[in-house]
Amino acid sequence: MMRSRLLWPLVALAALLVLNVAVTPSFLELRIQDGHLFGSTVDILRNGAPTVLIAVGMTLVVATRGIDLSVGAVAAIAGSIACTYIAGGGSAVTAVLLALSVCVLLGLWNGFLVSVLGIQPIIATLVLMTAGRGGAMLLTEGQIITVKSSLYREIGAGFLILPIAILISLAVLVAVALLTRRTALGMLIEAVGVNPMASRLAGVHSRTIIWTVYVFAALCAGVAGLMISSNVSAADANNAGLWIEMDAILAVVIGGTSLAGGRYSLAGTLLGALVIQTLTTTVYTIGVPANVTLVFKALVVIAVCLLQSPRTAQLLQKRRKSPRSTSRSPEVAAG
Amino acid sequence: MRGISVEFPGVKALSDVDFRLLPGEVHALMGENGAGKSTLIKALTGVHSPTTGVIHLSGERVTFTAPGQAQAAGISTVYQEVNLCTNLSVAENIMLGREPRRLGGIDGRATRAEAAGLLARIGLTIDPASILASHPIAVQQLVAIARALAVEAQVLVLDEPTSSLDAEEVEELFRIMRVLRAEGVAILFVSHFLDQVYEIADRMTVLRNGALIGEYLPAELSRIELVSAMLGRELGTLHEVQRRSDARHPRAEPVLVASGLGRTGAIEPFDLDIRAGEVVGLAGLLGSGRTELARLLFGADRADTGTLTVNGQSGRPRGPRSAIAQGIAFCSEDRKAEGVVADLTVRDNLVLAMQAARGWARPVPRRTAEAVVAEYIEKLDIRPADPEAIMSTLSGGNQQKVLLARWLITRPRLLILDEPTRGIDVGAKAQIQKVVADLAAEGMAVLFISAELEEVVRVSDRVVVLRDRRKVAELTGDDVSVDHVMSVFAAPHAHTGAVAS
Amino acid sequence: MSTLALSPTRLPQRFLPVMATFVVFVITFGVGSFRYEGFASGQVVANLFVDNSFLIVLAVGMTFVILTGGIDLSVGAVAALSTMIAAAALDAGWPPLLAVLAVLATGTGLGLLMGLVIHHFDVQPFIVTLAGMFLARGLCFLISVESVSIDDPSFRDLATGTIALPGGVTLTYSVLIALAVVLAAVYVLHLTRFGRTVYAIGGSESSARLMGLATTRAKVGVYMVSGFCSALGGLLFSLYMLSGYGLHGVGMELDVIAAVVIGGTLLAGGSGYVAGSVAGVLVLGTVQTLISFEGTLSSWWTKIVIGVLLLAFIALQRLVVRRRP
Repeated sequence: MMRSRLLWPLVALAALLVLNVAVTPSFLELRIQDGHLFGSTVDILRNGAPTVLIAVGMTLVVATRGIDLSVGAVAAIAGSIACTYIAGGGSAVTAVLLALSVCVLLGLWNGFLVSVLGIQPIIATLVLMTAGRGGAMLLTEGQIITVKSSLYREIGAGFLILPIAILISLAVLVAVALLTRRTALGMLIEAVGVNPMASRLAGVHSRTIIWTVYVFAALCAGVAGLMISSNVSAADANNAGLWIEMDAILAVVIGGTSLAGGRYSLAGTLLGALVIQTLTTTVYTIGVPANVTLVFKALVVIAVCLLQSPRTAQLLQKRRKSPRSTSRSPEVAAG
Repeated sequence: MRGISVEFPGVKALSDVDFRLLPGEVHALMGENGAGKSTLIKALTGVHSPTTGVIHLSGERVTFTAPGQAQAAGISTVYQEVNLCTNLSVAENIMLGREPRRLGGIDGRATRAEAAGLLARIGLTIDPASILASHPIAVQQLVAIARALAVEAQVLVLDEPTSSLDAEEVEELFRIMRVLRAEGVAILFVSHFLDQVYEIADRMTVLRNGALIGEYLPAELSRIELVSAMLGRELGTLHEVQRRSDARHPRAEPVLVASGLGRTGAIEPFDLDIRAGEVVGLAGLLGSGRTELARLLFGADRADTGTLTVNGQSGRPRGPRSAIAQGIAFCSEDRKAEGVVADLTVRDNLVLAMQAARGWARPVPRRTAEAVVAEYIEKLDIRPADPEAIMSTLSGGNQQKVLLARWLITRPRLLILDEPTRGIDVGAKAQIQKVVADLAAEGMAVLFISAELEEVVRVSDRVVVLRDRRKVAELTGDDVSVDHVMSVFAAPHAHTGAVAS
Repeated sequence: MSTLALSPTRLPQRFLPVMATFVVFVITFGVGSFRYEGFASGQVVANLFVDNSFLIVLAVGMTFVILTGGIDLSVGAVAALSTMIAAAALDAGWPPLLAVLAVLATGTGLGLLMGLVIHHFDVQPFIVTLAGMFLARGLCFLISVESVSIDDPSFRDLATGTIALPGGVTLTYSVLIALAVVLAAVYVLHLTRFGRTVYAIGGSESSARLMGLATTRAKVGVYMVSGFCSALGGLLFSLYMLSGYGLHGVGMELDVIAAVVIGGTLLAGGSGYVAGSVAGVLVLGTVQTLISFEGTLSSWWTKIVIGVLLLAFIALQRLVVRRRP
């Protein structure tokens, strides 16, 4: 079932790549310059790295039947903290550690609201989504804070043959995949997502598991926020990570994980994030105004979701079947 | 209904079934779980469209594609699980969809007045304007029946309406059914309780595996014949579950001792001890505190007072996890909400408790998992015997077996079974009873809760009787009999404590 | 069976969240009047309505959707699209009435589309309306990337026209429209079968279906109502701004959801009142006014305060739900 769900996002991605090659024949070319790998596909991966990272965290949250709307705000906070600290003369390493520990605290807060107080995830995280960006603005006093730290710049703009941002995201993805599938964590997360009460009575530590995924999602968001701000060596509390939570949720859903919780697919999430990022890039290369990308995004999302919907499969099946049953069923024949 | 077939993708739920329902009769529809009773009802009430076949209502051919159409045609249904909206008021629930209107809007006062009339008709004295959620399930079930009466129905379908009612309420329901029958309403009645069927039904139709077995008059068919028609096999399995307790020798050392354990509004403080190798039955009417007691022992709900001593360690139960660590297992009565993890496989469901006890970092080794899963699928005859099958596709009885196995795998010292046989077919029921007897013989302590007295009496060495959220008696030895338990239920109330909601 | 008779005290509990919202409104307003001279004037109250008339309309639509247990993230974008269509149509010389009808039809149509997808393909409302949000925003920029100003005289008259109330207080026509929408919504929700079905779906969709209610119509209908309200809210917003722009109302959906939740509507559906949502909007408006009166506080404090308020109301709702038997 999961495999068939990945079919349509794969088709979408392939179609987008073909379209790109048709428009720009050099699209798939890669070249190495100063030991760095360059090319359009590398750019797509690099621009998509923060989304992939956040989407990985989001996948686990969604699998527990939750959602985290605050990741964009958390990303903005992480960038703001790091840049304010560095701008105040602090070292990059301390700045990163400081930012990430704050993110862990924010994740603990979200997790507390959801798992201990039992507040609906969408509302619980809406609190931080609204207040968090306000907090980031407060921190930067509404200014864009620029920093000059070559070490800090490495996170988002550095290269290790491939851009470091890609390597970080992929490493996290692989680590999470191994951690959840090689241990029983994945199964327990899914069990909690499908039936929290039954899991609790079976002795599953639901509260801890739910709490953990929110902390992890916030941590992912924090790293992504650092990537975003490091890439431009600046913190923009207003715009950094704006709508990235929506992109991440879309990536998760396109990847075949249901918002109703349960079975999840990290490979699907990666695919979903790539579809979204490739789409954005494609629209740029075709030369459509940036804001109009949204229309295409909407269409692709709807198309993939409709094609994945079990209901569509049913309808198609019925259509195929109906000629036979008409001849057999007296009712239909009479009507 | 003639030649009704209903197919779902890949499954033929009902094949070529004829069914007739006459005005002024109570017609019982019998069958095991998965026999097609619910599917037939849903075809009649417009929830599913039959793939083939026709439905005639009062001589006219009808086709329903939505529940609303069937209702408009005079077919009114009360489902097993209360299908009402608990966020709305009692009156709104009764009148929803057919509220009286005045001046272009719904007339709230007339709605409440009409609802009050219907409630009076079934002898329920509750405020029609109160929110449905503020009433216990049994009352909600009666409200659902009042709703069914609101339409001047020609056909009334009652799909296991009695599973959450106590004896008194069942009598009340039967009184109403008799009145309606006299008025010429055709009543389709589904129940797992054979006594009830023989008490009220004029005729019965038996289904098995989606096919029609036959239509009988109760006088022509003995209970044993009925059961064997439903099961399609000889009754060997049933006879196996004679009282086996004589063969067991409970040890002296108690596995669990509760002293003065209680929780305000749930159950008064009680004392209880359970020894290894014995089955303790818990009998009580609905709302007597059966489930509440079990949940306290397991720590699913927190106790306010008292202590629990397990394996010599005393304390207040802290929660399911610590209870499990002490070797206590608990199968909830609410299979769907508190037991089954529907989207996962049978394998995952089976190893869930074992895995949860080990923690996420130490997965059950693949080979061990395969072995125990295969062992218990075979032992409990879980069907389909496929560990990769998705849990939600199993029948109720098989799901229950999986849940039972989920705990057996953890080898608990005390197993608490809350209504393990409710709503499942006779075959699975007998199997579960047999497993319980075997477990006790192997030295496990079992606390067995069931609304069916015969079952409790048959399975248990001792029976603890609850009434009005208080432990009122403990029967042992020859005192363990249905009559005796009934007499305790019926004894004059020693305390006139209010029944909490 | 008489032992089952219960007479729970229902009224206070049912209305507790809404009353709490009004209390908070009164308190915030009281704080304002205490701290600033001229805060407790009729005109400040009137301005709460004038400045937030579009939010009220959007919140009404959102209330319908949330009552069924759904959510509509597209409202801000559809409102922006409405300003854009109105501005562009008027710019192209369409008669104002036709422009208004076109806007309302587009909004309702988009709502219908989303409702159909949600219902018939069983896709989560969150995702569908998120796509709707992208679509509507994208369509704005397809019409024009720049802001388009509205110069139509009748629009300007409607925008600047005021109604004098006794005591020197003035209102705009937008306020009247918003209040009319509120009244209509109360009527529909409480006195029609459609409205009762909306509540029933929020309580239990499968039960509502088995009871034979017209659930499909209601489920698709709420998104049409929300689409219509978004379009109308967008029109009011275009009167307020006198321009159409694709970046109007960014994040407005969050304010609307916040207002509805603060107004005591449960996101799980089935419980809440339009009056509560109006009170929620007024609370948000008062907070904004307070912060602008303060002068030294920056605008992002508004967001933080909204977040804190949200939290407070969720906590309150938890308490109410817990106390139920």
